[in-house]
Amino acid sequence: MNSLYYQKRLSRNIGDKFFTSLSVICALIAILPLIFLVTYILIKGGSQITPELFTLEPNPPGDDLDAGGINPALVGTLIITTIASIIAIPVGVGGGIYLAEYSKGGAFSRFIRFGVNVLAGVPSIIAGVFIYALIVSTKILFGSMYSGLAGGMALSILMLPTVIKTTDEGLKLVPNELRYASLGVGASMYTTILRVTLPSAFRSIATGVVLGIARAAGETAPLIFTALFSYYYITGFGDLFYEMGSLAVLIYNFALEPYDAQNKLAWAASFILVLSILSVNIFSRILAAFTERTKRV
Amino acid sequence: MEEKLTLFKNRKRFGIEKNIDIIFKNTALVLSSFVAIILLGIILVVFFQSFESFSRYGLKFLVTSEWNPVKDEYGAFTAIYGTLVTSFLSLLITIPLGVGTAIFITEDFVPKVVREIIGSFVELLAAIPSVVLGLWAIFVMEPFFRAFFVFLHNFFGWIPLFSTEPTGRNSLLAILILVVMLLPIVTSIARDSLNQVPKKLRNAAYGIGASRWKTIFSVILPAALSGIMAGVLLALGRAMGETMAVTMIIGNSNAFSWSLLSPGYTISSMLANQFGEADGSQVSSLFYAAFVLMILSLVVNIFAQWLVKKFSLKY
Repeated sequence: MNSLYYQKRLSRNIGDKFFTSLSVICALIAILPLIFLVTYILIKGGSQITPELFTLEPNPPGDDLDAGGINPALVGTLIITTIASIIAIPVGVGGGIYLAEYSKGGAFSRFIRFGVNVLAGVPSIIAGVFIYALIVSTKILFGSMYSGLAGGMALSILMLPTVIKTTDEGLKLVPNELRYASLGVGASMYTTILRVTLPSAFRSIATGVVLGIARAAGETAPLIFTALFSYYYITGFGDLFYEMGSLAVLIYNFALEPYDAQNKLAWAASFILVLSILSVNIFSRILAAFTERTKRV
Repeated sequence: MEEKLTLFKNRKRFGIEKNIDIIFKNTALVLSSFVAIILLGIILVVFFQSFESFSRYGLKFLVTSEWNPVKDEYGAFTAIYGTLVTSFLSLLITIPLGVGTAIFITEDFVPKVVREIIGSFVELLAAIPSVVLGLWAIFVMEPFFRAFFVFLHNFFGWIPLFSTEPTGRNSLLAILILVVMLLPIVTSIARDSLNQVPKKLRNAAYGIGASRWKTIFSVILPAALSGIMAGVLLALGRAMGETMAVTMIIGNSNAFSWSLLSPGYTISSMLANQFGEADGSQVSSLFYAAFVLMILSLVVNIFAQWLVKKFSLKY
């Protein structure tokens, strides 16, 4: 009769309690430092934000107390990520279109899909090493060595797998009926892709691409010896062929400086970088959840 | 009606439209093969650049730890050892924490809303750039753990791993910041594979009287094991290639030491530190080290993919 009731002292129930508390402890150990980290970055960095930060050049590290601003790095990050997107998005979307729409699951497409996964796992610093060997040391870009352009190319290598994967998977989710309908009324393959399948997969592809761009914006390793760093305003098109600063490299350089003013600048740059990356992520998550809901209705 | 039908019959695709179709397809084909070209390009370029160093030192490069640009002698043992030790030890800490957290957010201990918030928060953390984590490690983590490291050295100094006096940045800090980076990866992949285990299995186990944790250990975890393993391997690849946070906190010293409390080196931090200013045969040696790193991460990644293909959907 007793066996029908829950017995606290039974060894299996004690064991269950034990493991449940263990997993709660794991979750706490895992999550609390992470919460602490994010709030610390936001508070410490946010307290350094001033209007001049966005307009001034950083002063070279030294004993003078005023560190200046991060305008060149901010603009540099925007330019370098734009270059990377200009290269990676067409190549990636085109490649994804081939994989999802044309390939018939043969050896070639399997090899490419495998290659995409492998490329996604290549350490980011290797992309920098590759571009250094290919472009910086050979001075192939009109005789310029370290340049914003080279940095953008290195970042595009890191973005490419993400773009291909999201395009491929986004297009695969488009129902085949849409393709049959379009081909059935006499549209050619490219019209079908450009006017029917691509637009209906647009939102999921765009979300993935934007997340990829956000990730690339925070990458440092590929830039430290391709784009290097610069203290000066970016004034014109020609600056693309010279050293270019970026928020990520600024954080790296100034975190290692012994001066307090430079360290504070690094915190401010972290705040801007983290805040923009997190808001892009949260926004695209909300958008994705919203589409999911409208689809279900 | 009749007229319209003949109109359709005579309607042929214009030559130009056909050509556009063919051009479009081939462009897509070329663009997709860029991936293969870049991948092979990376492997070939890094290999050929390292050729000089490779032919000079051969495999001796991997086991000697002299790194002396003045005498022009190079060996990458310290960096390779550092890469392997930091990545494996950080994974050793991450796996129980990450899987434990994943179980916590897939079981129904707390309401679903709370679990979903925790889950997406953990995923968001994967988006924080590693250079920012490095900054945090330098200014928050290092002072926080200093007293603990002194304690470790005083009481466990007889173990070679803790045998040196802690002085600021060291390998153990690099391991800890790697744990922070890997936790989101392992947790979210483990959560996904736990979620994919069919409900039927759980119900069957409950039905024959298994307790909750008996079910988790004997049914759910084994069914999700391949996915979790693949996630762990991906995390291992990430840990070996991770550059910025590690470079900023590991101390960057090529002097070999068994102790985790002394400054160390990893291949990627060596590259980040020296590549900009290197010249002569140092460049070639750095490329050799980069080649070693690439092979290590390729092997891990390919093995992870093979594992997923081999063991997925077995139940």
